Amino acid sequence: MPERSTRRAEFLAGFRDTLPLELGGIPFGIIFGAIAVNSGLSPAATMGMSLFVFAGSSQFIGAGLVGQGVAIPFIILTTFVVNLRHALYSATLSLHMRHLPQRWLVPLGFWLTDESFAIVIRRYTQPDDSPHKHWYFLGSALFMYVNWNVCTLIGLIAGQVIPNAQDWGFEFAMVATFIGLTVPMLKDRPMVIAALVGGVAAVLANGLPNKLGLMLGALVGVAAGMIAEAVFKPTPAVVVNEETST
Amino acid sequence: MNEVVLVAGMAAVTFAVRYPVLALLGKIELPPLATRALRYVPPAVLAAISLTAVLYPDGARLHLGFDNAYLGAGIIAALVSWRTRSLLITIGAGMAAFFLWRWLLGG
Repeated sequence: MPERSTRRAEFLAGFRDTLPLELGGIPFGIIFGAIAVNSGLSPAATMGMSLFVFAGSSQFIGAGLVGQGVAIPFIILTTFVVNLRHALYSATLSLHMRHLPQRWLVPLGFWLTDESFAIVIRRYTQPDDSPHKHWYFLGSALFMYVNWNVCTLIGLIAGQVIPNAQDWGFEFAMVATFIGLTVPMLKDRPMVIAALVGGVAAVLANGLPNKLGLMLGALVGVAAGMIAEAVFKPTPAVVVNEETST
Repeated sequence: MNEVVLVAGMAAVTFAVRYPVLALLGKIELPPLATRALRYVPPAVLAAISLTAVLYPDGARLHLGFDNAYLGAGIIAALVSWRTRSLLITIGAGMAAFFLWRWLLGG
């Protein structure tokens, strides 16, 4: 894809490839705005969460805990635990972002979400050696960020008007998005096994609080992928070759 | 005033999860084993998110069965994604299947 080699082209490609994700992002943001103000957060704090925290599921949980009157230190601790899986995303992306200076790492780190990770890692693992893939990240993340905040605003304004927005079913768009990003990643047996074992482990561990089941599922899935790799592809050299050729 | 503490605290801990690993791991050479392990993070974590979302539609109760529109539409979305590899078509087909499924259930 030679047209992606310039910064501007990478930025625009990141923006364009993120468009489908906004199908799920728009209702998610609107519902957050509506739920947050209805659970007792002020409009300013609702916007503040989307502007400065920018982590969808932990914002939902945070707003829910505010509604239940939970103490602030506990809400902050819960937020930390809910977002722990982002450290795994950072670790994975760090392999591709070594060359970047702090002025890139700080904002891109702040903008790292489930959605951006899923879309950006796809770009980073494409075999071309474009030096501007962080511009793709920027295009994707900036779009997610602006959209999330605009939708939060719409939701908190419409929150009093639209009843039970969360029951309409538009939140399934985000589920379909994650499915549509997962399936094409399953290119070989170790990847399939990592996904299957990780998924089943997360389902079994769903009783754990604060989305720790997702974290546990991810770690178990990674371990299963490594074991499967050792079984199906005995020498690491083969793995390195495949990585550069797929 | 309390809300300022709340938002600032949530923002600080979230950034503390995202940024330091990104900055620090980029400075050191990871052992090949760790590098290979990290390749399995995307499928493992995305499958974990997807599967729990369709099997626990309300977040708390395991819901296996035909009356779970999330599960039915999720399976259709996975099949469409497998055949087409297109994210947009998968989301469109998944949403259509979801609303159709709910309508057939009378919901």
